[in-house]
Amino acid sequence: MIVFEYIAEALFYAFVALTFTGGFLAVRSKLLMHAVLGLAVSLFGVAGLYFYLGSPFLTMMQILIYVGAVCIIIVLGVMIGNTPDQLAAKKLTGRNLPIALLACTTGFIALFVATINRTEFTAANEKIGDMSIKFVGENLLYQYCLAFELISVVLLTAIIGSIILARGGREGKTP
Amino acid sequence: MMISGNLNTYLIIAAVLLVIGLYGMVQHRSLIGMLISSEFILNGAALNFMAFNRFVAPNPAVGQIYALFIMAIAAAEAAIAVSIIIAVYRKYQSEDPEEVQDMKM
Repeated sequence: MIVFEYIAEALFYAFVALTFTGGFLAVRSKLLMHAVLGLAVSLFGVAGLYFYLGSPFLTMMQILIYVGAVCIIIVLGVMIGNTPDQLAAKKLTGRNLPIALLACTTGFIALFVATINRTEFTAANEKIGDMSIKFVGENLLYQYCLAFELISVVLLTAIIGSIILARGGREGKTP
Repeated sequence: MMISGNLNTYLIIAAVLLVIGLYGMVQHRSLIGMLISSEFILNGAALNFMAFNRFVAPNPAVGQIYALFIMAIAAAEAAIAVSIIIAVYRKYQSEDPEEVQDMKM
């Protein structure tokens, strides 16, 4: 059915638009809370792109880990930010605007013109396995076991480290 | 040829995400804003891995494992960064990166 292909294509454009508008909101908004909201919208758009890349598993993980966990952690951090009347005294964004524009335009041009546009990427002759969760799980536990263990150790270290860093104020002294 | 089935589309989207992150990193006035921008950079990298995984790589599990790894790194990084920002705020009563330059605790 050709109609469904067009609907899928339109949805793809919608996800790309979500990604970019969320990103714009995140870097240009005056309030940090709006920036976090923009981040969540943008990450949701990227989750949709993962679906188009053939991985529903990563789509769910993106929504769970990024939109669910990382955004909540950042919202906790927003609590210590400026109050609205402090914000009225100074502008939140807009520092170094020429440098920022220069950095991002040169970065994009370097990436696009010199790399993406010129390189011919040739696909592998044959694929081993498929995109299913079963295949990912088998790879993760046999061949790429080191990555799996490393994720666990990194997360454990992060938990212990953030507890040690953030609890110093309880006794009235900084760590 | 549909645009959603083309490798270059995803590479350009990833490049734009990276550039959004760079822009926010330079011009945000608070540490939390810079943390938010860094998430965009990490997401651009993960999208790149997934795009190459779908269109080029022979083993379709590797890119997904890499993207998962990046997500876990990002979660750990966000937790650590927020607790560092809380510690810095306790000391300086400010989260403006210009005011916490000397890093003395």
